[in-house]
Amino acid sequence: MVLGWAVWRPRGWPEAVAAVPAAALVIATGAISAHDAGEQARRLGPVIGFLAAVLVLAQLCDDEGLFRACGAWLARTAAGRPRRLLALVFVVASVTTAVLSLDATVVLLTPVVFATAARLEVRARPHLYACTHLSNSASLLLPVSNLTNLLAFAASGLAFGRFAGLMALPWLAVIGTEYVVFRRFFAADLDAAGAPLADDRAESAPELPVFALAVVAVTLAGFVITSAAGVNPAWAALAGAAVLGARALSRRRTSVTALARAADPPFLLFVLSLGIVVQAVTGNGLGDALRPLVPAGTSLPALLGTAALAAALANVINNLPAVLVLLPLAAPAGAGAILAVLLGVNIGPNLTYTGSLATLLWRRVLRQHGSSPSLWEFTRLGLLTVPAGLVIAVLCLWAALHALGG
Amino acid sequence: MTDTATTDTEGTVVIWITEGTWRASVDAALALAPPGAPLTLLHVAPAELPEAAHGAYLGLFGRGRPERDPGPRVAELAGVSAGELLDAAAGRLGRPCRRIARRGVPEREVVTVAADAALLIVARDGDRSRLGPKSLGKAARFVVDHAPCPVLVVWPGTAPAVGTIPPPPPHGHHPPDSPDPHDT
Repeated sequence: MVLGWAVWRPRGWPEAVAAVPAAALVIATGAISAHDAGEQARRLGPVIGFLAAVLVLAQLCDDEGLFRACGAWLARTAAGRPRRLLALVFVVASVTTAVLSLDATVVLLTPVVFATAARLEVRARPHLYACTHLSNSASLLLPVSNLTNLLAFAASGLAFGRFAGLMALPWLAVIGTEYVVFRRFFAADLDAAGAPLADDRAESAPELPVFALAVVAVTLAGFVITSAAGVNPAWAALAGAAVLGARALSRRRTSVTALARAADPPFLLFVLSLGIVVQAVTGNGLGDALRPLVPAGTSLPALLGTAALAAALANVINNLPAVLVLLPLAAPAGAGAILAVLLGVNIGPNLTYTGSLATLLWRRVLRQHGSSPSLWEFTRLGLLTVPAGLVIAVLCLWAALHALGG
Repeated sequence: MTDTATTDTEGTVVIWITEGTWRASVDAALALAPPGAPLTLLHVAPAELPEAAHGAYLGLFGRGRPERDPGPRVAELAGVSAGELLDAAAGRLGRPCRRIARRGVPEREVVTVAADAALLIVARDGDRSRLGPKSLGKAARFVVDHAPCPVLVVWPGTAPAVGTIPPPPPHGHHPPDSPDPHDT
């Protein structure tokens, strides 16, 4: 019911409207004990705080003009050459996703990339699809890149730096796979050369927000340092958001209300409630049903099986509930298995343009949108990138686990 | 004025305006369109792009804030960009012309709008490094295959030399889709 509501969203109401009563219901009916629900809430609390801080940090970077400046830099550097623009978009979208999370890439970067392509008279298709694909597949690197990672990071017991170290190779390999496929898939669009910027447009380039970039860099270093010192890196995220927020407030570039909206309290509440509902559902049958399907251990075939199962489940019920369901099942096998779950739930959603088959089918059933036939092109692109990306990423993870020790 | 409602282009020369290659189409119209023929500039913004951006937002499970959905923003940017491109094309043409901005699957919209045109001018959208396959990309190939009106296909920029045509396949070899010469 919670998942159905989250896809359907009647009258545009927030997902929390269904999720919070559902969480109350599973507690009231005894599907989960109040003690277990409290434990789950205590586990999810720091994750949700971390998420809120990263959401605010990304919004403040946008307020400081980071993405505008990024668009101008892309336009200048690409000089009307579509293949060069694609390479630059891959770099920018991958780094944005890794550091400021996939939300930043989808919500803040995608329109900027589209506008940049339009300014350069370059066909926007490859570049826009690069943003949508990389928002998923390039969200492997850091715990902050994706909410799924934050949840897995908390469950894995890994330090921030070690998580990044193990995921660096899979991250690079998946981005590389996507790039090779994109270059071929969109060859016709990339052959149509654009026009370099006219001089008058180039001169009005916005300044790079050096302060915001410096705060983000220090925050990143803070993640590694706090985590190594045994302190929750969410504090570093909070500090970064506080520094940028205080500056923006003092310069009247934002308001307390805008900052609170950026943290998205209904979404945070939704995540907390979903966590409790999913725990109740897994504790009452789903966990037992899925347990035999989760391969034991961290051998290469086991990691492949775990990632494939995670990708399939992400497509059936969306990746956020999928990761909540699978984490407790994969955790006994260790950090390697948890990271394999992440490969599946982060790369898998690219099979369809809505992030899961469930969402796509539900929307068709509900007739909210007649999907344009060319969106099957997107599915074709997903079929070319997802299975290949998954296998290569798992191989790289396996190699990293062996090189760095699982 | 951008005309988004009517599609009556009977007897006109329709110039398909696409990012990156529109100058060649406009120049071909200036050089080759019958004198006095009415001219129509047509741009089609792919509807799939706002929908893909919207889909990516749907994929962010639980973030139900419509004002943050990038889909409508991309649609708006696409509309502005189409208008600017048509303005630039009309400027280069320097002659009275009608402008049509549509949204949909570009190749299908072009065939529909230009069904009764006297001439449809299309720029190649594929590999431009040599003559021959695939100098027509998927969209131009569809239009050439399906348009019921006369179609003029032009090279954007300078066409490659005749020497760039790939050599004939070895004796006895034929592409899988073509009829076997020995059958006839």
